Amino acid sequence: MNTASMLHPLLALLLAPLLPGVINRTKAFFAGRRGPPLLQTYFDLWKLFRKGAVYSRTTTWIFRAGPIVNFACLLAALMVLPLGRVAAPLSFAGDLVLLAYLLGLGRFFTVAAALDTGSSFEGMGASREVQFAVFAEPALLVGLAALARHAQALSLTPIYAGLSSASWSVSFPMLALLGMGLFILFLSENCRIPVDDPNTHLELTMIHEVMVLDHGSVDFGFVQWGSSLKLWILGALWTGLMPPGATGRPLLDLAAGVAWMLVLAVATGIAESIMARVRLLRVPQLLVGAGVLCALGLLLTFR
Amino acid sequence: MPMEGIYLFALLCGAMVLLAGTGIGALLVGRWSARWAVALGGGGAVAACLAGLAAAIAALALRFQKTAVLPWNIPHGSFALGVDPLSAFFLVPMFLLSGLAAVYGIGYFRPWRGRNPGRFWLSYNLLVASMALVLTARNGMLFLVAWEAMSLASFFLVVFDDEAAATREAGWIYLVATHIGTAFLLALFILLGCANGSQDFAAFAAPGGATGLMFLLALVGFGTKAGLFPLHVWLPEAHPAAPSPVSAVMSGVMIKTGIYGIVRTLEILGSVPGWCAWLVLGIGTVSGVLGVLFALAQHDLKRLLAYSSVENIGIIAMGLGLGMLGLHYGSPGIAALGFAGGLLHVLNHAMFKGLLFLGAGAVVHATGTRGIEALGGLLKRMPWTGAAFLAGSVAICGLPPFNGFAGEFLIYAGSFKAILGAGALALGGVTVLVALALIGGLATACFTRAFGIVFLGESRSPVAKAAHEVDATMRGPMLILAVLCLVIGLAAGTVVRFMEPAVGMLSGSSVAEGGGGSVQWIFPMALSSVLLLLIMAAGALVFFRRSCLAGRPMRETVTWDCGYAAPAASMQYTATGFAQPLTNAAARILRSRVEFHPPKGIFPSTASFHAETPDIARESLFDPMFRKTAAWLGRLYWLQQGRVHFYILYIVVALMVLLGWALRP
Repeated sequence: MNTASMLHPLLALLLAPLLPGVINRTKAFFAGRRGPPLLQTYFDLWKLFRKGAVYSRTTTWIFRAGPIVNFACLLAALMVLPLGRVAAPLSFAGDLVLLAYLLGLGRFFTVAAALDTGSSFEGMGASREVQFAVFAEPALLVGLAALARHAQALSLTPIYAGLSSASWSVSFPMLALLGMGLFILFLSENCRIPVDDPNTHLELTMIHEVMVLDHGSVDFGFVQWGSSLKLWILGALWTGLMPPGATGRPLLDLAAGVAWMLVLAVATGIAESIMARVRLLRVPQLLVGAGVLCALGLLLTFR
Repeated sequence: MPMEGIYLFALLCGAMVLLAGTGIGALLVGRWSARWAVALGGGGAVAACLAGLAAAIAALALRFQKTAVLPWNIPHGSFALGVDPLSAFFLVPMFLLSGLAAVYGIGYFRPWRGRNPGRFWLSYNLLVASMALVLTARNGMLFLVAWEAMSLASFFLVVFDDEAAATREAGWIYLVATHIGTAFLLALFILLGCANGSQDFAAFAAPGGATGLMFLLALVGFGTKAGLFPLHVWLPEAHPAAPSPVSAVMSGVMIKTGIYGIVRTLEILGSVPGWCAWLVLGIGTVSGVLGVLFALAQHDLKRLLAYSSVENIGIIAMGLGLGMLGLHYGSPGIAALGFAGGLLHVLNHAMFKGLLFLGAGAVVHATGTRGIEALGGLLKRMPWTGAAFLAGSVAICGLPPFNGFAGEFLIYAGSFKAILGAGALALGGVTVLVALALIGGLATACFTRAFGIVFLGESRSPVAKAAHEVDATMRGPMLILAVLCLVIGLAAGTVVRFMEPAVGMLSGSSVAEGGGGSVQWIFPMALSSVLLLLIMAAGALVFFRRSCLAGRPMRETVTWDCGYAAPAASMQYTATGFAQPLTNAAARILRSRVEFHPPKGIFPSTASFHAETPDIARESLFDPMFRKTAAWLGRLYWLQQGRVHFYILYIVVALMVLLGWALRP
């Protein structure tokens, strides 16, 4: 562990709200619009943290706890998350399972908070969220298993530390398959197009946005910041695959990691600009497809 | 025998005698005074469980391993009682949960409606005593007697509310299922006895011949009690029918005696063929996935929990199967992780499933219904029950920082280690990994639904609106269990170190050796610190939120509903609707019967949707089988004339035949 790995969680916390900004600017560019400012999410957060609150009479403490637990889960997940060649602050055998299950705990409370409102819209969103998670979780773990087998390690930090430009030339097919699989998971878990549309306000088509319909004020601030952090965390699982290898200078590795994260945000913006949302009934097929890509990647490690 | 050995056996036997004595006493006293019967039966159960718990924990800590033989005048039988780490490990949750459920039972049965409460306490205390005997018996005959006593005591508890026809039918199914299982066990012990010339477990050490067949018999016999698919058919019937503290004990610890039987058989047989390991792994996977799928489709709260027990038994079997695979392919590290994960999940499931059944009992107590669709909004009226149920729900989904995560983490670690290796073992690892992840996702769907629909939102019926919090004797055990779930989750490393000797008996090596050193490698400080950080971060965020909102306006209003003028509780998402995307995806397996009256016309007046999901194993396997058997046996009705002298003739003929057999040259 070094300065860069201590710095990464802090940096993630501060830079994550930039990612939605980059995505939105990219989309605006493709649509020929000017788009919202790059720092819009920061402005939103600043505003939300200074607002008074309105709560539904139906809700209980679960509704208030939902965003907090979700945000705490993401903070804890940052502790085991490496960014490319930058080691995570903590690393131990099986931390990849902990990461997946921390995201699961966050999901549990987000869903519970949605059901707490008694709103049929939010119930609908919650129902879809747990449905897609059923297909996404095995895919994510199979993808991580393939990487674990490739690196012969049980922890995220050594798994990603071993990857370099050389690994791309040696095991190109496996890494390419995993790259595709993890990118689909990144889009679906973060509720982006083609699974969900973060911009639409038509409740019937929404998943994540509809679950947080009744949140406002500081709670909604946690939700917004949390979804940026989730972009960062699942993004790091993807950007870690990318070259180059360790440079030997941790701060340079950190800079490379952040740069790839911005590239991912632009790629997401492009994907959202050139694709339409798939029908909800097709989403499970898409996720099973991601699972198949990851499983093929795992299969290729058994040569 | 060393001094502590005598004390330990005295404590254990004392607990069993106390249970039997107070049970019978409660029945006798109950004729005159319900109050004294409850005090005697309930008090005796709690005291005996405390004594037994102390003995079991001491035995586990001392790595105690002794057998004591008392004289018993039964052919092939000897009253051999033994305590070793494996028995002690199963005794701990058994006494713990039984004691807590007894406290809960005192409150649960408060309005006695003029019936003798001794009836309940006799069966309950005998059930606990016979479970203790099953876990400590070291002789085949004694084991079978204890096993039968356990089955009968639990049968009488299942049919406790025998006014309801459904309860009587559930009891009947349970009685038939458990005896079919016992028949296989009888065959197992006859085989073992013939091979070794004695029914003492000590003599079983070196069996001759067909270990595969013996293990298969044990798997069917014990699997019926444990609730492995497709032998689980009695669980979703018996658990909802039984009073809730009984459901908690049956689901939390009684079905674990089946798991104990399987691991004890493994320990006795030493090594089994490789296909047995694959079979256990396969059955575990099927039980796990199908169990949670069927749980998702239920709208009876206790039936849902019963199916979830099938799922968790499946997870335990997956851990055991992985352990057996590790042994078969010569990977002691993976074996230790698999067995440790399976055993830890035994303990964990006793805690959270016990908690959830007690919570469901509190809901039934407060509202009089088990139907999820009629509930809602209970967290406001039953804050303690709701919080405890939430803890149990998070734990059963295997989510950190609760105990469910610790057990599944061990099995995951074993499967990842297997995947890093080569060959068939890696295939086993991938199977476990995919199945666990799938079960995790489905369990989250199932328990956000159970907790969300029952405790959150608006009340869907007048009974839910009129609900009230239960009293302290019922709240206390639930809260203790909830705290234990959290403590075991945070101190998993200590718990695993504590159960190492039991794991060692199965895997021949310890979890610590698997990582080359200490338990530290599997539950390192880093893991506990992330979990602690999670809790601290949540606490800090609560304060941050409070300081952000300090001095700012806070208002209350209705849930946003697109400006609709008259929101009603019936407009909420239903439990059926919540699960429908997933139950539709699995429609071919679930085969739900749907009754759908869609809205018709320009001004539709009524519309309804109802889905019922019967058990697939019962519908397409057991019911046809039993119908065929009944039809076939029906041809023998002519034997049953209903006249006494015919029956006497049968007896005489039978005696003559036996006499001839005995006098044969």
